[in-house]
Amino acid sequence: MAEVKKVATRDSYGNALKALGAEKENLVVLDADLAGATKTNIFQKAYPHRHFDCGIAEANMIDVAAGLSTMGLVPFAATFAMFAAGRAYEQVRNTVGYPHLNVKIGATHGGISVGEDGASHQCCEDFALMRTIPGMTVMCPADDVEARQMVRAAYEMEGPVYMRFGRAATPVFHEEGYRFEIGKGEVLQDGGDVAIIATGIMVPEAIEAGKALAEAGISARIINMATIKPLDEALVLQAAKECGRIVTVEEHSVIGGLGEAVCSLLSEQYPVPVKRIGVNDAFGHSGPAAALLEQFGLCAGNIVAQAKALLGK
Amino acid sequence: MTPEEKKALQQTAVSVREGILTSTHGAKAGHPGGSLSAAEVFTYLYGKEMRVDPKNPRWEDRDRFVLSKGHTAPGLYAALALRGYFPVEELPRLRHIDSFLQGHPNMNTVPGVDMSTGSLGQGLSAAAGMAKGAKYLAKDINVYALLGDGELAEGQIWEAAMFAAHYKLDNLCIIVDINGLQIDGRTCDVMNTEPVDAKFAAFGCDVVKADGHDFEALEAAFARFHGNKGSGKPTCILLKTIKGKGISYMEDNAGWHGKAPNDEEYAKGMAELAEARKALEV
Repeated sequence: MAEVKKVATRDSYGNALKALGAEKENLVVLDADLAGATKTNIFQKAYPHRHFDCGIAEANMIDVAAGLSTMGLVPFAATFAMFAAGRAYEQVRNTVGYPHLNVKIGATHGGISVGEDGASHQCCEDFALMRTIPGMTVMCPADDVEARQMVRAAYEMEGPVYMRFGRAATPVFHEEGYRFEIGKGEVLQDGGDVAIIATGIMVPEAIEAGKALAEAGISARIINMATIKPLDEALVLQAAKECGRIVTVEEHSVIGGLGEAVCSLLSEQYPVPVKRIGVNDAFGHSGPAAALLEQFGLCAGNIVAQAKALLGK
Repeated sequence: MTPEEKKALQQTAVSVREGILTSTHGAKAGHPGGSLSAAEVFTYLYGKEMRVDPKNPRWEDRDRFVLSKGHTAPGLYAALALRGYFPVEELPRLRHIDSFLQGHPNMNTVPGVDMSTGSLGQGLSAAAGMAKGAKYLAKDINVYALLGDGELAEGQIWEAAMFAAHYKLDNLCIIVDINGLQIDGRTCDVMNTEPVDAKFAAFGCDVVKADGHDFEALEAAFARFHGNKGSGKPTCILLKTIKGKGISYMEDNAGWHGKAPNDEEYAKGMAELAEARKALEV
């Protein structure tokens, strides 16, 4: 079997900013002393005068981005998810979200796959925090191809956007011809027994789980939900109606993320049994990313087990 | 500044104060104290200092103003109305459920408001972003931010000051309304923010002090800001003011930070302002 190409979506972010920067003179990038980690240094090397390092001051960075956006610029502000959605939550809420400014937040190092740095840096609450802000678009790409297209789509749309990128290199499964669209989920594999709705780096795990389930005679529909808000409600409802059972998978707390968004929709419009796979109201800890994901059940094996349990098999 | 100009500004400041009383009385809520202490600087900014066009509030090359101490929206709204952004008759509808005059400045509903504010500590960062944007676009745009002295306890103010100096934002004018009072009492007792001058100087600003109720002093302070163009230094104007200025029973009284005048108080305040207007005509 051919070696699977792996890329961290934070690298995709940096590369996409550089590519887009060549075309768009009004695109500027902000960072908070993490340019080497968030990969905005790829943009910085190409366009040093358009990269504004704000130092270790994330709250200021977000509001500076708000100010820049009112001047007709399109700022992409980068830091770790913990500090973008956590530290600067109120800045995002009041000075970006409330005036609905055209600020793009590129948050890297989302989830427990941050690994060795441990719980202080493993943000599993960012989807929840950002989802609560009216008018905020919240997204998380599944691989390199989708991440690069997402950055462009974020630039093209008017309004505030939160994007979460990962630290760890993960499989690239989309072809270059794939076309990402904000607010649209992607059916990667059709199936009728259960639908597995995943986001971010859990999507390749869901694909693996789908194969294993097929071998066990279970037909799983695999959906990549890169846009968490606004949720592709039609696709979720269709999956509920046609599959009758849903498993959600995210590298995020089971509180407030994709799983809860799916449950909220279904409980009001078409209740079916749902199993949420995510971080179960716990903090992470230090360790290698792959081992942590395994330990927290964020892996194909657990998806298979949970899907079978949901089907009573 | 000619005597006529000065008198005209003083008359407008009386009108701004009337607007502050009228709006907070109409709202039965709001923040008159810190609005009144800044009445002269609101008047000066919109009457003389800023390049703006009330007929085209979103003119892209206009100067920008960010009211970081956003709770003093009544002062800003009065100055905007008097400058012609919207009818002064709207002022009593401040904070009403169907009014565009939100309790704190909303850039999407109030013509002339350049940034939504209200949560203290954030406005200076947004203003710094505007100033940085103007520099990036090579546009001659001045950005003014008005802060309260109590607000200086917010750590983000100092993040923004650091950013402004680091990026040599000499097109940014930081104005601090030092009225010495905040909700819980005297700023020196609640959380001492002094020495404000030494702090901003240490953060890389050119610091100027002025009597915030004296238009000639304001003119000199803003002249210093213009003189700093090319220096790479942000300017910080520290205005010594009296909270509640112009209304006898509100002056230097923390109790009037966020309380509206009742009918009787309103009538008394308006009578005092009518006296002040009459005194200017002599």
